[in-house]
Amino acid sequence: MPIARDDVAHLARLSRLALAEDELDHLAPQLDEIIAAVARVQEVTAEGIPPTSHAVPLVNVFREDTLVPCLDAETVLSQAPAVERQRFRVPRILAED
Amino acid sequence: MAELFRMTADQIASAVRDGEVSAAEVTDAHLARIEEVDGRIHAFLHVAADQARQAARAVDRRRAAGEDLGALAGVPLALKDVFTTKDMPTTCGSAILDGWLPPYDATITRRLREAGLVILGKTNMDEFAMGSSTENSAFGPSHNPWDLGRVPGGSSGGSAAAVAAYEAPLGIGTDTGGSIRQPGAVCGVIGVKPTYGGNSRYGVVAFASSLDTPGPLARTVLDAALLHEVMSGHDPCDATSIDAPVPPVVAAARQADVSGMTIGVVPEFTGEGFQPGVLAKFGEAVELLESLGAKVTEVSCPHFSYALPAYYLIAPSECSSNLARFDAMRYGLRVGDDGTHSAEEVMALTRARGFGAEVKRRIMLGTYALSSGYYDAYYGKAQQVRTLIVRDFQAAFDRVDVLISPSTPTTAFPLGERVDDPMAMYVADLCTIPSDLAGNAALSVPCGLAPEDGLPVGLQIMAPVLADDRMYRVGAAVEAALDARRGHPLLNDARGLA
Repeated sequence: MPIARDDVAHLARLSRLALAEDELDHLAPQLDEIIAAVARVQEVTAEGIPPTSHAVPLVNVFREDTLVPCLDAETVLSQAPAVERQRFRVPRILAED
Repeated sequence: MAELFRMTADQIASAVRDGEVSAAEVTDAHLARIEEVDGRIHAFLHVAADQARQAARAVDRRRAAGEDLGALAGVPLALKDVFTTKDMPTTCGSAILDGWLPPYDATITRRLREAGLVILGKTNMDEFAMGSSTENSAFGPSHNPWDLGRVPGGSSGGSAAAVAAYEAPLGIGTDTGGSIRQPGAVCGVIGVKPTYGGNSRYGVVAFASSLDTPGPLARTVLDAALLHEVMSGHDPCDATSIDAPVPPVVAAARQADVSGMTIGVVPEFTGEGFQPGVLAKFGEAVELLESLGAKVTEVSCPHFSYALPAYYLIAPSECSSNLARFDAMRYGLRVGDDGTHSAEEVMALTRARGFGAEVKRRIMLGTYALSSGYYDAYYGKAQQVRTLIVRDFQAAFDRVDVLISPSTPTTAFPLGERVDDPMAMYVADLCTIPSDLAGNAALSVPCGLAPEDGLPVGLQIMAPVLADDRMYRVGAAVEAALDARRGHPLLNDARGLA
């Protein structure tokens, strides 16, 4: 199924990518080509074949519950784009009304 | 003694242990080499001269104090810029992490330091390890030491180029779809993807977590094995790390003997789409292995043809999830925080500015593959194909000790040729992807120069999960026979810097 420019614009919104119009024009046909190529997996008969999410499966992995020092706030915040009163300062997350 | 920067890691470590040379002198020789050639190669994004000299002096002090030095103490190393380093920036080749100084060391970074290896700096890569040429780096591409107009492969192209250009005897990369073996092959060096889970991912910035595998690059098979042993082993900080002994790779590299082994050729990787010179050198390698006493047979792996499309659904799906962490809130770039934009808008503006085209393509592709309504047809189906590929390997390894194929369909391609043609770029990983999907070990060793362009060709050797030693045995035998026949190491023929 071909993927249209509007679909790509929707994917960009879902992906939190504020793409410019010319970027959309450029990426849309490329994504369409890639999706057409990867759709080849549908040729494979895989009735009843279980999926593999991980090639070397491990389950219930635990490590020793030992206390270790964690990073201090100053170190962690030193790389933040904006800091206020020993916290990450972020833009508003709710509308004003 | 040879020029210090031309020595192998094994030779350097032994000369440092024996007091023939200091680690400080070795480090200075490599820093001078970087100064001399890296303007043309651009293997490094960051050279950490001060830290490297300090690390080298610490090794010299330990030796002076009579301490036992490890197998690679005092050996310089080029570290891919995807491993966190608390005293050097870590960018992953991305503008979104430009200048980021991580608060902690990756487990592998820590192990290297503890083993006395000297980290010279951080190497260039395709952004977030997505690509086969380093052209997706936000900081410009690296150049192939065989021909500066060609790509060094990718995504670990900086580490491969650094090793091939004698800027460092050892490099570390990560392999998700071929990102160590493919640059190793096209730069004429050894590139190893160990068994998945054999090397810690803690502190490795994630691309596709079920595939990402750190591994060594080196100019000799023995050097790669020595580094493999130092960097590998169980890490409680990585829940996918395997709690098993590291396979005896160094012993296997020293053994370098294939007599009595059964080797399978994968016919799916010898036909259409392969450069004639690559197939010619591969054919010669097969004859060589037979002459060395191996039994070579053909073993079909019918689902390998579907590995590439399955990979380009699985890897982007995991990438779209992993890269959601770049939200402009806690570290990295933030764009548009001027009081007029909401947090969500700032996120989208930052990601649009901070990510390059390939990363955007893959995030959107993964978002598509995971969308409700498409999930079963794409991601779900790709996971079933992954099972069939695992089964192909299992059936093959019931019959043979290792599988072989060319490492890449072509030699190094010209810079710019595929940069805006994603599918052409993706095909570079055709032969390497199956072992990433199945998690087994694989190694690329140079097997000569393609007659039509004089560029290196890689032989890929694939071994079962946790039987990494087998591929070192075969790789070392091929290397020894070809070096003896040629009379000098392959890299002596690299003319890009001449």
